[in-house]
Amino acid sequence: MSATIITITSGKGGVGKTTATANLGASLADLGYRVVCIDADIGLRNLDVVMGLENRIVYDLVDVVEGHCKLRQAMIRDKHLQDLFLIPAAQTRDKTAVSPQDMVRITDELRQESDWILIDSPAGIERGFRNAIAPADLVLIITNPEVSAVRDADRIIGLIEAEEKGPGKLILNRVKPEMVRRGDMLATDDILDVLAIDLIGVIPEDEAILIATNRGTAASLDSKSKAGKAYRNVARRLNGEEVPFEILQANDGFFRRISRIMKPGGER
Amino acid sequence: MSFFERLRIGRRGTAYTAKKRLQTVLIHDRSGISPGLLEALKVDMIDTLSRHVEIDRGSVQLSLTKERDQQRLVADIPLANRRSRRRAT
Ligand SMILES: Nc1ncnc2c1ncn2[C@@H]1O[C@H](COP(=O)(O)OP(=O)(O)OP(=O)(O)O)[C@@H](O)[C@H]1O
Ligand SMILES: [Mg+2]
Repeated sequence: MSATIITITSGKGGVGKTTATANLGASLADLGYRVVCIDADIGLRNLDVVMGLENRIVYDLVDVVEGHCKLRQAMIRDKHLQDLFLIPAAQTRDKTAVSPQDMVRITDELRQESDWILIDSPAGIERGFRNAIAPADLVLIITNPEVSAVRDADRIIGLIEAEEKGPGKLILNRVKPEMVRRGDMLATDDILDVLAIDLIGVIPEDEAILIATNRGTAASLDSKSKAGKAYRNVARRLNGEEVPFEILQANDGFFRRISRIMKPGGER
Repeated sequence: MSFFERLRIGRRGTAYTAKKRLQTVLIHDRSGISPGLLEALKVDMIDTLSRHVEIDRGSVQLSLTKERDQQRLVADIPLANRRSRRRAT
């Protein structure tokens, strides 16, 4: 095995990185892969609660870095999916407890025994972000359809290109089709127009995300959730499948525009 | 903003405004040239040019644009309207 390492980042906070990591992790594991999710948001750990594993934490990423435990001991197995693991962030330390080289070393060790390694990046462009992207084979940039989030995404795209980690792929999250339809929310193609980047997912705003988070499960395992389905499709695209983009609104012109932008072959 | 512009934006919804604003802010972000710096450049440019040619100071325009991957500073510098010179040419 030799895992693909994917970092999920955004620039702006609160746009859905942690939710995306949990949902993609569950979707990839559900496809039969061995997946390790790493929470790189040291000091503000959250992936543990989103995945519902907060009560099982013994060791964390900083314990691994500092040699207090073996890597295997810090890997928490998911409750539902046999091949899904979490390496939690430390809660009582700060970002400087881990270096980009530490991240590369740890993921190199993990690479041998997993198919996918997903890294949940903290918001911002400082040390935590640099730690998170250091080992990445692919960076997913997540944004919301609003000016400030897209602006920050642009900055991140520039930075990952400067670090030679580009070109990344874009996940547009929390789309409200009804608002897009009446012209009060940036449409997917508006955003692709201004950010020169490939799209890999469009996730609708969905109450099921909060409900799943309340329970500590992934919405992507809920077959009725639209956002969950959209995340399953992102996982399949990561896996090399050509999956058409979901129709998120009644206006079918939208779908045609998207499928024109996302021509097969543009994918990794 | 003209009445018709307002009307058009009204019909297109606020997403149209958002996109326009986003395009402008990204042009500045990517070039590292803030609107303030652009203004300062314009003033300096007018001063320099004025030492050599007579220009219509009030109508000078300096803007940042983007064509594909190439960012450009575009200057539009109208010369002062001098009848005598126009006749001579
Ligand atoms: N598609 C969605 N529909 C509805 N709510 C969503 C969606 N995606 C994310 N959220 C909600 O948005 C909030 C922020 O999400 P999340 O914690 O994943 O963001 P983040 O980018 O990891 O934040 P931070 O920068 O603080 O780490 C959460 O309350 C989450 O439930
Ligand atoms: Mg987070």
